[in-house]
Amino acid sequence: MSTVTQKQPTMRTSRKHPVGARTRAQRKEAIALVIPALLPIVVFSLIPLVSGVAIGFTNATLKRNADISFNGLDNYIDLAGNHRFWGSFGIGLVWAASVALLTLVCAMCLALLLNSNLRLKGLTRVLALIPWAMPPVVIAIVWRMIYNPNSGPLNGMLGWFGLPGVNWLGDFSTALPAVIVVGVWSGIPQTTVLLLAGMQSIPSEQHEAAAVDGAGVFRRFWHVTLPALRPVIFAVTALDFIWQFNSFGLIYVLTEGGPGGQTMIPPLFTYLEAFRNREIGAASAMGNVLVIAILIILSLYLINQFRQNKGVRA
Amino acid sequence: MNAKRPWYGTVLMYTALALFLVFLGFPLVWLLSASFKSSQELNSLAVNLIPAQWDLSNYSSALDRQNLIPAAGNSLLVSVVTMIVTVLLSMPMAYALARLRGRLRAAGTVWILTSQVFPSILIIIPLFLLLRTIQLNDTLLGLILVYVTFTMPFTLWMLQGYVAAIPVELEEAAEMDGASRFIILRRVVLPLLAPGLVATAMFTFVSAWNEFFLALVLLQSPELYTLPIALRSFLGAEGQTQLGPLAAGAVLATIPSLIIFGILQKKLTGGMLAGAVKG
Repeated sequence: MSTVTQKQPTMRTSRKHPVGARTRAQRKEAIALVIPALLPIVVFSLIPLVSGVAIGFTNATLKRNADISFNGLDNYIDLAGNHRFWGSFGIGLVWAASVALLTLVCAMCLALLLNSNLRLKGLTRVLALIPWAMPPVVIAIVWRMIYNPNSGPLNGMLGWFGLPGVNWLGDFSTALPAVIVVGVWSGIPQTTVLLLAGMQSIPSEQHEAAAVDGAGVFRRFWHVTLPALRPVIFAVTALDFIWQFNSFGLIYVLTEGGPGGQTMIPPLFTYLEAFRNREIGAASAMGNVLVIAILIILSLYLINQFRQNKGVRA
Repeated sequence: MNAKRPWYGTVLMYTALALFLVFLGFPLVWLLSASFKSSQELNSLAVNLIPAQWDLSNYSSALDRQNLIPAAGNSLLVSVVTMIVTVLLSMPMAYALARLRGRLRAAGTVWILTSQVFPSILIIIPLFLLLRTIQLNDTLLGLILVYVTFTMPFTLWMLQGYVAAIPVELEEAAEMDGASRFIILRRVVLPLLAPGLVATAMFTFVSAWNEFFLALVLLQSPELYTLPIALRSFLGAEGQTQLGPLAAGAVLATIPSLIIFGILQKKLTGGMLAGAVKG
């Protein structure tokens, strides 16, 4: 949400103060305000993060009394030839991109429906919020029941039409799509709420003016709603992508990365490398590679977005 | 919008709404009904939304499991302490982020954003080692410390949005009257911030209550398990899972978050966008 706009009121701070005692007092005040939060952030977040990056250049393991030494780029040379890691990376990209895009499409439709005067709106609004409140573990449990090959309602319904049951989470071809559906289901609420808030902040005069000019529903959506929502859409998709790429609990409980690694997204892969194989040096190196990959993807997205914005204005 | 919609437009919209209702609602209804079904009915392929016969034994047997109630206790303890500590620690900094100048604000925003990008594996490994050195690994205190730092970016972001929404003129007026910064914070800012504070606190509670990954890494002793970890250990090997009690446990684990989300319904939108839209 944070990237949407940075239009904070400039407040008194933008006014010129006489330099000197007052500024110094203000600085002291600022430090006093910031310290209580900064301290835990530095100790439990910043320092670990820096050392996490550093561990990626060592041969550290979780084994007792192991010698730890820097091994330069060895981890990365190993990683370059690690097909399982790159496979997992690819699965992570497919997973995050599909969930982010499908969530956006579904949430956009739902937000448009909730923004027009339909009946049952209240019920839908409430229902749409529930998945957001549910712990990911519970979401995974629910969907495991639904996908259950022997007692799940999905196969039960296939049975009505005389179709054979499918082992949704256990079959190589259906596991990833099945998991993506769950990701979309759990992602819709938040995205819908954000898009809806964005829609409601569009002045209704714009729609009315367009309507007077004879623009139909679709043209109004295309020429009024969509351009106005562009920053929100951009921020929401970028965040969804990052969050999904880094998400863990849902897939861990649904499939544990199986069958045969078909749903082994990078967070699971690195977790197993670190805490099952106990190779924390290698796992951190993977983390480093993933950060760089995400940053590259995000900046490409950002650049592309800026270009489009320019195109619109020109 | 008062433009007339053609009839097929209305039909189309209601069809779409119905599809959404089914997609979003069915899993919830299914979970709820499964929690009341007998194991015989659960193990058949019958698609009954309403249990053939209502069976409350799932709930009692879920609660009888030796680790579910203590796990709920652990979750409650961890979430409440995390909530209180996080909000207390972030309040001053949120104020500073919203009101003070320049570099601090930029640095804060950059950190809040980067903290989202980094895969948690990069932080959890050193944290695990750090907690092991200070002998706080496999303790609830260690978990709380980690939760506090992990929820803080979001808490800070929400809170500074609420602070920014308070007209700064009020503070300036109090300052003119000679009130010290502390008095201003207590008498002017805090009362106006209260609703936002409550919303943020509740949100922090829910994040801690729902959290899975960090607890999975940091807690090894079963008696320290939080609810999500305990539920996950319920699953066990396929085929041996008792679906009924599992569903009942899942329903129970969702109730606190659900209540809070019910209360927050409106606030949630406001708070998350306050930082972005109000200006």
